[in-house]
Amino acid sequence: MLDKVKNVIVVLSGKGGVGKSTVSTQLALALRATGHKVGLLDIDLCGPSVPYLLGLEGRDIFQCDDGWVPIYTDESKTLAVMSIGFLLKNRTDPVIWRGPKKTMMIKQFLSDVKWDELDYLIIDTPPGTSDEHITVMECLREVPCNGAIIVTTPQGVALDDVRKEITFCKKTGIKLLGIVENMSGFVCPHCTECTNIFSSNGGAELANLAQVPHLGTLPIDPRVGVLAGSTASALDELPDSSTAQILRGIVQHLDALTAVPAIA
Amino acid sequence: MQAPPPEHCPGVESEQAGRVSACAGCPNQSICSDPTKKLEDPGKALVAAAMKDVKHKLLILSGKGGVGKSTVTTLLTRYLARSCPDNNFGVLDIDICGPSQPRLLGALGENVHQSGSGWSPVGIDDNVCLMSIGFLLSSVDDAIIWRGPKKNGMIRQFLSEVDWGNLDLLLLDTPPGTSDEHLSVCTYLRDDSAPKDSLSAIIVTTPQEVALLDVRKEINFCRKQRIPILGVIENMSSFRCGHCGNSSDIFPAKTGGAAAMCAEMEVPLLGSLPLDPRVTRACDAGEDITAMKSETTDALAAICSKIMSSF
Repeated sequence: MLDKVKNVIVVLSGKGGVGKSTVSTQLALALRATGHKVGLLDIDLCGPSVPYLLGLEGRDIFQCDDGWVPIYTDESKTLAVMSIGFLLKNRTDPVIWRGPKKTMMIKQFLSDVKWDELDYLIIDTPPGTSDEHITVMECLREVPCNGAIIVTTPQGVALDDVRKEITFCKKTGIKLLGIVENMSGFVCPHCTECTNIFSSNGGAELANLAQVPHLGTLPIDPRVGVLAGSTASALDELPDSSTAQILRGIVQHLDALTAVPAIA
Repeated sequence: MQAPPPEHCPGVESEQAGRVSACAGCPNQSICSDPTKKLEDPGKALVAAAMKDVKHKLLILSGKGGVGKSTVTTLLTRYLARSCPDNNFGVLDIDICGPSQPRLLGALGENVHQSGSGWSPVGIDDNVCLMSIGFLLSSVDDAIIWRGPKKNGMIRQFLSEVDWGNLDLLLLDTPPGTSDEHLSVCTYLRDDSAPKDSLSAIIVTTPQEVALLDVRKEINFCRKQRIPILGVIENMSSFRCGHCGNSSDIFPAKTGGAAAMCAEMEVPLLGSLPLDPRVTRACDAGEDITAMKSETTDALAAICSKIMSSF
């Protein structure tokens, strides 16, 4: 399982809709932009977002002798993607499965996909601390996993759930790489006044409380939202944005941690 | 200890269950061959008994997380309770891994008590009560690391062992997805012999395509489970800057938003709630904002009258 994968990073949050998939896809694209070979596995089976976010909807998975071939975003084959979204006939089809079936599917994604040589495998997860999470943690015991990145928004109601996810990580023994605070503040395009719609600073405070590194604070930036549906990295499209700045920081942080020599 | 099924067992769902030669001597033969007992979860009868004085049940669903299911549940409950003071409302939070209702309804740190007739839900107001797994945890940091079957057991207990009393409407706040929690609650509450309006669903979404994508799946889930959909509520539809008063679409409806999705999926749109920082602040603090006049309460008034007219 994942024999040729050098590093595995899990993106987690107890709360839904905080931007796990956006952070996962942009982090994968940022790692690729800095010369790495990256895989992105979406284990949100009931609500897969990665195919849409990367503009890969409608692509089909093929089988080869060694297993399923992931979807490559382009000819360079530097970003491999796997999601249940590629296995559904119709994008409106629900996946109405109880835990055991979800567990089987995730095990298959980890063992039967021909990931090939990867510098990083990013795993995007659904919200919660249940079947998907327990399964992926159990499977990752057998491979070198670098740890988890936690995504949150600054609101109290999100932080409540994220605190539970941190407890989950501590109990399952996965290393916490750090916390990303997303959707912190919105700069009005008309008057440039910043409104903290979902409060502010909550992620930083939580990082302090839980004694985990604070990887950065991302504002609500509609320009990043516009990148959904393409494989454009914020690093290339919006190099001056704070999103790009923070992504660069996370990539550096990961590189220092894993010491994978960049090709570039 | 569970005995293995006999060789050539036709399967409990088969017409032949309990009747073929392989069934002779199987300890479950009498259960399998009895047509009336077949496949009925014993919990279903307990749930039906506990819910007999609950007139309407309303599921608040969304395939997507963080769109405001819990916020909408809270706002609807507060608004309905204020405008119908003679009716009784209950809220059941079946988000086991991420319960939000105790905070949103201002009941953090409360405890549930056990009485002769079951667990007593926490009173929020004169005519509102709440049950959530959040009340059973000793700290916010406590994680519920459970696979499906344990979550289902908890939901069954919430439905059958809570003393809800007489309720006109029970709102059920759900986690995102179409999995264990949703299947369990539908299985326990669906009663084909009950009036059609006793169990229905409201779908919550935000305007951007990445949310609508999951919400379409949830609508198809309801159809497969034969749960009537009252309609869709679009949350966070626009943001008005408190400084200059101009509106911005933070979650842009590139594909036409909830309105286009509703037309495509043939479900009614109940209304849209704006993205209002005052609401998010009040939610975090557990305060009631439905008494204040605002764009949010105006939208709520229209949505609630549509909901009440469908019962």
